[in-house]
Amino acid sequence: MSNNTSIRRHTITALVDNEPGVLSRVVGLISGRGYNIESLNVGPTQDPTISRMTMQVPGDDRVLEQVTKQLNKQVDVISVTDLTRESFLNRECILVKIAATRKNRSEIIELADVFGGKVVSVQNDSMVIQLVGEQQHVADFLKLVAPFKILDVSRSGVIAMGKE
Amino acid sequence: MRSGAKCTIDALKDAGVKTLFGLPGGTVLDLFDELARAPLEFFLVRHEQGATHMADGYARATGKPGCCIVTSGPGATNAVTGLATANMDGIPVVCIAGQVPSHMIGNDAFQEADTVGITRAVTKHNYLVKNVDDLPRIIAEAFEIATTGRPGPVLVDIPKDIQRQTTSATFSGKPERRGYKPVYEGNSRQIAKLAAAINASRKPVILAGAGVIAAGASAELATLARKAKIPVTTTLLGLGGFPDTDPLALRMPGMHGSVAANRAISTCDLLISVGARFDDRVTGKVSEFAPNAIIAHIDIDPSAIAKSVRVDIPVVGHAKSILKELIPQIETQARKEWLTQVHGWQKEAPFIYDTREPRILAQYAIEQIYEVTKGDAIITTDVGQHQMWAAHFFKYTQPRSFISSGGLGTMGFGLPAAIGAKAGCRDRNVIAISGDGSIQMNFQELVVAVEHDLPIVVVIMNNGYLGMVRQWQEMFYKKEYSAVRLDQNLRARNEKLRDKPPGYLPDFVKMAEAHGAAGLRVAEKREVAPALRKALAMKRPVVIECITKPDDNVYPMVPPGASLSEMVQGLA
Ligand SMILES: Cc1ncc(C[n+]2csc(CCOP(=O)(O)OP(=O)(O)O)c2C)c(N)n1
Ligand SMILES: [Mg+2]
Repeated sequence: MSNNTSIRRHTITALVDNEPGVLSRVVGLISGRGYNIESLNVGPTQDPTISRMTMQVPGDDRVLEQVTKQLNKQVDVISVTDLTRESFLNRECILVKIAATRKNRSEIIELADVFGGKVVSVQNDSMVIQLVGEQQHVADFLKLVAPFKILDVSRSGVIAMGKE
Repeated sequence: MRSGAKCTIDALKDAGVKTLFGLPGGTVLDLFDELARAPLEFFLVRHEQGATHMADGYARATGKPGCCIVTSGPGATNAVTGLATANMDGIPVVCIAGQVPSHMIGNDAFQEADTVGITRAVTKHNYLVKNVDDLPRIIAEAFEIATTGRPGPVLVDIPKDIQRQTTSATFSGKPERRGYKPVYEGNSRQIAKLAAAINASRKPVILAGAGVIAAGASAELATLARKAKIPVTTTLLGLGGFPDTDPLALRMPGMHGSVAANRAISTCDLLISVGARFDDRVTGKVSEFAPNAIIAHIDIDPSAIAKSVRVDIPVVGHAKSILKELIPQIETQARKEWLTQVHGWQKEAPFIYDTREPRILAQYAIEQIYEVTKGDAIITTDVGQHQMWAAHFFKYTQPRSFISSGGLGTMGFGLPAAIGAKAGCRDRNVIAISGDGSIQMNFQELVVAVEHDLPIVVVIMNNGYLGMVRQWQEMFYKKEYSAVRLDQNLRARNEKLRDKPPGYLPDFVKMAEAHGAAGLRVAEKREVAPALRKALAMKRPVVIECITKPDDNVYPMVPPGASLSEMVQGLA
């Protein structure tokens, strides 16, 4: 047991059997301890019988170490890694619908360009931008466009992978 | 081609099941139809909680998996407490549940419950069978998962249509799951490290838990302890894993542990847990647990390690194989100084009670059970004061002779567990030590013992109280006794019922008789041993009600949240 009990956001990825009930088991184990899963992404791997889950959970290091062990113990969980301790890549994809008039449209497009975003839909009074990037990058963008009035956001949840 | 129902029953037979506990209903009619022709002994329980506890008691007594079968909806929800009990204590149980037909799942059909959803958190694993071809494999897997690694309950939910469909599928060999690979062999470097720590230690203590019993490692444990002269404290669920009669036995640690065990833990320089998971009832205040010790932890469950206390030397694996590898690396020692200190504590403060008390004390009655049986019995308990006293005043010398709900603390466990134990061990005396509160939770199961001619003895310690709760109210809630009186004479208002013999409800003797068993009531100390002898000679289920002193307390006691060095002792 480490004495390090700092609270931070943990990025945990798990390879699980691609079967019903597994998601609920994993989520139940975490939420049952009163921890909130801030971000969750699930999708099949190159082996269609295996899914990868990526979760972000803010919490105590020690408790999350225990959670990781408990997850590992589940019969339908193949492996679990808490990436927080190593260097890893994270990406998130968002779709954001912004209120836009003819007057400020170009300003928004410019901002999206700077962030590497893409305009994927334009309506009379709104537009939708798609942005892929590191979690922080996405957060920065959302902050900057906030004054334009965000009508809706849909986020993929963070996906992650260890660098090694 | 076989039906799903036939596949299921065949798979149970293949798994070695000879004894099955359960109760039928709409969604398991096909399974019961097959059962009627199967060479299995079936015990018809009266409440599904009873079925799970019987399967659990059977497993604890025999070491083989216990198996039960329940219908959908209320049948499955009634089984939840028993599954949770087995899950907390790591007991191999396989529960087969019926489910509404596949196409009706999710429609709030009659007697539908989301059984896999409800039981997910209280089982080691569970399955909803969606394809009849999977059934033989799933049942084989269920038994494999239930019995390997840290054992535990597995539930298989089988929709009615799946039971009726036919398949040519079979399964043989050992089930393999890529996500399930329990570690058995301990890491040799860790074992060598542990050996070096033991050889260097001046004041070591072994904390032996349920893992010793599950692994069948009591012989190895005794060899290790005797060779290196290490005192052994056994947790509630580890009782019998090391003989209480051995001079090295410190008895139970923790909240109601012995002075010797708790002092030894607080003083030792090396604590070796063998299959004990450092439950909070064992550790007391974690930050002051074994403050001077290097802590080693042998456990088959990696998630048990460092869960609550810091661990310096973790060894993941099977207790028996690890101890076998460890023993040759251990030096023989005399350890005079440490043993002198430990024996001093054992002598100074054994488990005691007021022997001058004229009324029956549960402690006295339990001592009598020990004397009359000469210690040769399987004891099951319920939960409360009597449970602690059963741990203190009966000396356990054999593994699988003490059966109790430790982790969940389930009142109502004792009687059905005794029936399950007796069903698996017909040649053993099986005695359920219960309380007047607990016994009422599953009394109905007594009928099962009568029907199957299982001569168990149930000893009810009738103190007129939910005694353990009363003790906490006395000690920690300024004697504000709230909702703990069971004896009508102790209740303020019920004038009508006062002093009508037996003066309280229910009349346990009549209840025993109404269920087809014999009932005996003893109110005097001198009657206790003769009643026990009589009951054991009757060769039929007997309930003995002992009218005990109402307001005694279990000591020693480490108050909740305190450290093990802060024991409150009773008689001084
Ligand atoms: C199902 C259940 N409900 C409540 C409790 C809380 N509880 C623990 S001990 C106890 C009192 C048990 O009374 P009794 O069986 O008479 O035993 P005693 O302590 O008097 O020996 C209670 C209510 C429990 N352990 N299990
Ligand atoms: Mg009582």
